[in-house]
Amino acid sequence: MTLFRRIFPHPLLTVLLTLVWLMLVNRFSWNSVIFGFFLGLLIPFVIRPYWPNMSRMRHPGKIAEYVAVVLYDIIVANITVAWLILFKRRDQLRQAWISIPLELRTPEAITTLAATITLTPGTVSCDISDKGHYLLVHCLHAPDPDAVRDEIINRYERRLVEIFE
Amino acid sequence: MEQIFDILAAIFLVIGGFFGFVGSFGLLKLGDPMSRLHAPTKATTLGVGGVLIASLLHSFGAEGYVSVHELLITLFLFLTAPITALFIAKAHIHRHGDDYELPPTGGDASWAVLSDSEEEPVKTD
Repeated sequence: MTLFRRIFPHPLLTVLLTLVWLMLVNRFSWNSVIFGFFLGLLIPFVIRPYWPNMSRMRHPGKIAEYVAVVLYDIIVANITVAWLILFKRRDQLRQAWISIPLELRTPEAITTLAATITLTPGTVSCDISDKGHYLLVHCLHAPDPDAVRDEIINRYERRLVEIFE
Repeated sequence: MEQIFDILAAIFLVIGGFFGFVGSFGLLKLGDPMSRLHAPTKATTLGVGGVLIASLLHSFGAEGYVSVHELLITLFLFLTAPITALFIAKAHIHRHGDDYELPPTGGDASWAVLSDSEEEPVKTD
């Protein structure tokens, strides 16, 4: 283990914690940058025993594209689901359970995918299979469950594979 | 100039309020627990999002500083809301899983909640 790795077990986490501290303070000053950086050093060091195999992202640069796609989908899906709730009768809703085969293997990536599915209105991720190869998703209204599954795989999982693996 | 920010903030407040209302209305209208779970995910995304954007615009337009607390609220909501939903769903499947026709898991034995296996759920290769 190099000296750099010993001081910064998770460099991205250090940067993120510094940024979060700065945002909590809500006003830029070098004092808070230094204190935030100190927290960013201390916290990864303290939690390292509890999070031993934290996966390293291969392409963190693609996170921005992923966030943009997810935000756009959240807005579109919100409008679709609002229309469903306001104007569809309850017995017209075709609820469906779908099972999504996972190409992702790292726990962090699967967590991100499950959280994305839940945040997008109309789909809620409910469970994972016991060996972690499939994700159980409940859809509020899915006349064609296979299309929903393919969309999740193509839009989210493919991008997460690029970021994490 | 200030008026533009006020009008924009008002528009976003109305948008946020509308989606918050639809989320609560869905909670009332939809009958079974699984579809009710869909309502809060709406309220926490666009409903809260609209109010937060309005707050950003207001602090920038009326008070003249950039506030980033709203971004942090979004971040924390996006971290916590899916976990709550997942736990409610898991508890529900655990108690009433037999009422539904859950899809087959494919290669694996069962869904994690219904499984008795002691193995680690996910392995990192």
